[in-house]
Amino acid sequence: MKQTISVLVENQAGVLNRITSLFSRRAFNIHSLAVGVTDDPSVSRITIIVESGNSVMEQVEKQLNKLVEVIKVRTLEENSYIGRELMILKVSANSRTRPNIMTLCQICGAKVSDISPTSMTMELSDTPDRLDSFQEMMRTFNILEVVRTGVIALQKGGGKI
Amino acid sequence: MMMTGAQILVEALKREGVEHIFGYAGATICPIADVLRETPSLGYTLVRTEQNAGHMASGYARVTGKTGVCLVTSGPGATNLVTGIATAYLDSIPMVAITGQVPSNLLGRDIFQEVDITGTVAAFSKHSYLVKDAARLPQIVKEAFYIASTGRPGPVLIDIPVDIQEQEVADVTFPESVSIRGYKPSVRGNDLQIKRVAEAISKSRQPVICAGGGVWLAGARDELVELAERYSIPVVKTMMGLSVLPTDHPLNLGMIGAHGNRCANKALAKSDLLIMVGSRVADRAIISPEEIQRRMATIHIDVDPAEIGKNMQAAIPLVGDVKVILRQLLELQVPAPDDAQWREQLKEYRRAELEREFPRREGYVFPGTVLRKLGRLLDDDAAVCVDVGQNQIFACKYLPQKHGRLLTSGGLGTMGYALPAAVGVKVAQPERQTVVICGDGSFQMAMNELAAVRCANMDIKIVLFRNQVLGLVHQIQKTAPYHGPFGVALDGSPDFETIAAAYGIPSMVVRDEDALDETLERFLATQGSCILICEVDPDVGTTD
Repeated sequence: MKQTISVLVENQAGVLNRITSLFSRRAFNIHSLAVGVTDDPSVSRITIIVESGNSVMEQVEKQLNKLVEVIKVRTLEENSYIGRELMILKVSANSRTRPNIMTLCQICGAKVSDISPTSMTMELSDTPDRLDSFQEMMRTFNILEVVRTGVIALQKGGGKI
Repeated sequence: MMMTGAQILVEALKREGVEHIFGYAGATICPIADVLRETPSLGYTLVRTEQNAGHMASGYARVTGKTGVCLVTSGPGATNLVTGIATAYLDSIPMVAITGQVPSNLLGRDIFQEVDITGTVAAFSKHSYLVKDAARLPQIVKEAFYIASTGRPGPVLIDIPVDIQEQEVADVTFPESVSIRGYKPSVRGNDLQIKRVAEAISKSRQPVICAGGGVWLAGARDELVELAERYSIPVVKTMMGLSVLPTDHPLNLGMIGAHGNRCANKALAKSDLLIMVGSRVADRAIISPEEIQRRMATIHIDVDPAEIGKNMQAAIPLVGDVKVILRQLLELQVPAPDDAQWREQLKEYRRAELEREFPRREGYVFPGTVLRKLGRLLDDDAAVCVDVGQNQIFACKYLPQKHGRLLTSGGLGTMGYALPAAVGVKVAQPERQTVVICGDGSFQMAMNELAAVRCANMDIKIVLFRNQVLGLVHQIQKTAPYHGPFGVALDGSPDFETIAAAYGIPSMVVRDEDALDETLERFLATQGSCILICEVDPDVGTTD
């Protein structure tokens, strides 16, 4: 089961190394990890998606909390947060396939960000599921390259971590 | 006034109450050395390999309760220290390790003796710092000692590039206190949980306390004994918790686990309430956590919330400083559990074990026999440093405890720990009787430190079991599914009497159990250090 953890950390060199080392050493499997600075420049927020059961999650949270640079850890409950991921995807395209690709982009809400005589590059920000289905649809056009940021998430409502 | 980074470091160490440093010289710590030579109030021991600086600091920390300090150079100095740091981490020993580093403008260029040591120790240090500005040193040192010594103690590393040690800083101020937003260890136990624990104890019929290394780390020996005595609860111990109770204490049932005392394991198996105090349910102590969980109620008291539920789910978890929590528990008065029959039964198990006869073989002494006799002859507060291997199992099972300390590498199981740890003990407490128990394998991993023993004219009594084989692995290899010994014969070992003599240390050999009493007395009465070489049958096993 995929779980989403939001972690506030000191914005310092070496923090990411400690966190990833913790995951690998305890054999916790990271599905994705996204990091960026918050409104307070001394604090970064890391969103980690982990594949695991509840008992493992409890241990992940506790181990993260043990790290000195980790300020707060919260596992986000399903449906209680906004989770988004950005994908940039490049497919082969020619005058014959371009209209079909455009139609799919419109349906899925993707934006065309680059075009060449032989390719098209689209960007799409949405939930991971929707990115998956867009990616699936694009397979028929020969995907050249894909990059995904991993999910970033904030909890819904007025509360904060 | 201007101060260099090295001066700031040494001043900060003094302010933390540091009195001794264990180290090994190197080019990238020369600025610090230059300050140390002008600072006679700080003692210094030169080790013979950096790993042992870690073990000495560990031995020092364990008997004083203070944070041990080691200082080594960059590159190989730092990597040699890695095992010392990992050993301290697994046993939760408060330690600050200071490493020199190549000049900060050359970091990352793989220059001579450069290694990413903060990256290397990330997985087994409590925290680490790479200092990039000498002005930050007062704060960093303050934080490092605070983190190393509070909560669940552990090693903290400070990596200081050589140019930062030379950097001049004006108007240096040293902070009096420290506050780290991501680090707030729990101290007091939750009152509601405390009440639940007291009730559980009161209602139980066959309770057992399992004392771990956390009892020592929190300095909670007296509180633990008081709790056990007030409610007459039998006590079993993990290897790290050994010696919290003297062997002849009526509630003491010995060590649990795969290599433990039978009576302790029996008590654990039949208990209806297990009270774990500062013990982390590692595999060597608790072989089958699922089984325990299924069969009895459990209370888990630990300063580290991550230990609770890591290897076993406790019915009542209680997070905080073990000493504070035990005091909170002692403030409550509940009816004592009705367990007289239980205790009688356990006493029988214990008697059988303490009085069991050891095997005898002509031309050899049996380690259990040696240790049983040795323990009776030791001072009441003797510190016994035990190595890793068969000698560790024998000592933990059979060495009678009084009111002293038994120090061993329980978590990482690092061979060669005992001798340097004993040096650390001796530096801290020169008057305390200090004994090393080791095998011929582990001794050869650390015997270069006889130089440190010799150099300070220390009085350390070394009991060396010579069976000319790596005994514990030999024992495993002889047991299914394996088919026989390989790579465990210690052929080519030196004559240890000659080694001792080369360091100017007397030695004696014993191979006859009839001569044991007399030899042990002579050994312990020797002025200064002495090595007692005990000839042990290579086929002896820890279950014999």
